[in-house]
Amino acid sequence: MTLPLADLLTILPELLIVGAACLLLVLDPVMPPAKKSLLAWMSLGTLVLCFFISASSMNDRVFAFSDLVVVDPYASFWKLLLYLVSALTILLSMTYLKEERIDLAEYYGFILLSLVGMMVMVSAADLLTIYLGIELMSISLYIMVGFKRFEGKSIEASAKYFILGAFSSGILLYGISLLYGIGGSTRLSEISAVVTSRGGDDPLVLIALMLVIVGFGFKVAAVPFHMWTPDVYHGAPTSVTAFMAVASKAASFGALLRVLLEGFGGVKPNWNGIIFAMCLVTLGFGNLVAIVQTNIKRMLAYSSIAHAGYALIGLVVAGQAGAESAVASQGVSSIMLYLAIYSFMTVGAFAIVAIVRRSGVEGEELEDFTGLAKRHKGAAFLMMVFMVSLAGIPPTAGFIGKFYLFMAAVNAGLTWLAVIGLIFAAVSAFYYLRVVMVMYMREPSASQESETRLALTPATAIVLACAIAGVVFLGLYPAPLVSVTQSAVLPF
Amino acid sequence: MTVPMSYYLVLSGLVFLIGLVGVLTRRNIIIILLSIELMLNATNINFVAFSAYLGNVAGQVFVFFALTVAAAEVAVGLAIIIALYRHQSSINVDDFRLLRW
Repeated sequence: MTLPLADLLTILPELLIVGAACLLLVLDPVMPPAKKSLLAWMSLGTLVLCFFISASSMNDRVFAFSDLVVVDPYASFWKLLLYLVSALTILLSMTYLKEERIDLAEYYGFILLSLVGMMVMVSAADLLTIYLGIELMSISLYIMVGFKRFEGKSIEASAKYFILGAFSSGILLYGISLLYGIGGSTRLSEISAVVTSRGGDDPLVLIALMLVIVGFGFKVAAVPFHMWTPDVYHGAPTSVTAFMAVASKAASFGALLRVLLEGFGGVKPNWNGIIFAMCLVTLGFGNLVAIVQTNIKRMLAYSSIAHAGYALIGLVVAGQAGAESAVASQGVSSIMLYLAIYSFMTVGAFAIVAIVRRSGVEGEELEDFTGLAKRHKGAAFLMMVFMVSLAGIPPTAGFIGKFYLFMAAVNAGLTWLAVIGLIFAAVSAFYYLRVVMVMYMREPSASQESETRLALTPATAIVLACAIAGVVFLGLYPAPLVSVTQSAVLPF
Repeated sequence: MTVPMSYYLVLSGLVFLIGLVGVLTRRNIIIILLSIELMLNATNINFVAFSAYLGNVAGQVFVFFALTVAAAEVAVGLAIIIALYRHQSSINVDDFRLLRW
């Protein structure tokens, strides 16, 4: 048996990135230390190349490897977002790793491998490929979280992430095995046919559905499966935290939407209630607990939990039984828009946390930001814009994201869900604006002024420029991105 | 005489539950890792049993992938546990308190 060339060309971006990752791991020991940054630039170059390949096939809809993989506009949209986030992470890491003295090139290899896992997840048409993608992403992330291996915090976060990640994969895999038993296949299309014909009252279907939702609940960090998030986001190197908070969440949502809407599209009433309950508790818990945090990374972790809650509003809309397909597509496209916008503001906020240094370590405590506006006007201003955008205040992009989500909810007749979302957005403004208040209205102590500096390099400047451009531009002129997400939704 | 399908399902369900309870109640991180392995192996029992029952090889193929992934996961997991042990001189999860669990 030979692999058809057409199939290999379909997954060309994945192959290129795996190749680049392997090359990085081989070249790392033989490169002189002074030239190590070449390897980072090489991985960036690969990402740019893959971006153009995926963008050029944006409108195709191709199945490959006997329906294990699908490249459709939906998958391509997520891939483009993932390339962008990975590139920003690599740029941020180039400075951050030097500052933290963990400057090893295999780090970039793991970013690329993890990225391939995410790409496989979003373009999988079979539960086998979804599982393999999730594992490739997770195993690389376990290592990256523990990358500051001389620091107890980082290793501890890595161990916690590993235990809960492996646990959740086990649960998901058990659900997949039951689905295989029901359908005799792990293809989403065949599972969909069998699940629809057996109906949602079949106990095996229900158990499998529960297990799959629990497994994905861990990956997207929705309450009550969020308990790993604050610890892992706090302990991980900040560049890795940014990558996890954005890329792994986006990819998990991409796969979750496909599994629920394509695989379980016939039994919407059976999962919509669960997603609805998860959405409400996630919104409430994430936003309320974020208020009491004094560490910015922990606060952003709870904020990322809360943002998963907002995104789930879109899934509730898409999963409404008997909803018109136009309404359901609006739910999906608003999730895609929301997560794309969320990427810019979250990467930006973490980038500021990574470059504000106090006494040789990163300024991750809220206290380290006291009076930042006095000394580093630019950094404080950027942080303010990111916080305002995370809170969803116009004219920033965060407002546009929430606006489209709430509009989708209203169109689906879930006005009060939109109202609840709005109330929690107001609650979230409290803790986001507290950061702004600390930066602008408190006087820094004398020692703090001398201890704090900015690790600003050309690479971090590019990251911040991209993030702020995204937040401002999408806030003022979201139409292009909106039309891209609307044309890239899953077919209903 | 063949063993009925339901026996396999009960067996895998029990093994899965033992693993699940193990992860949630045990404090030794190695035992937790073993419990996760039990959960993954319960899955493999399911796949092989369904595969034989349905006369379809896809399940057995899935088992190969699941085994390989589990091996990779354990390799990384044990490396993390060793690094953790060097820091904390303990493998009891109650001792890992640098970050609030």
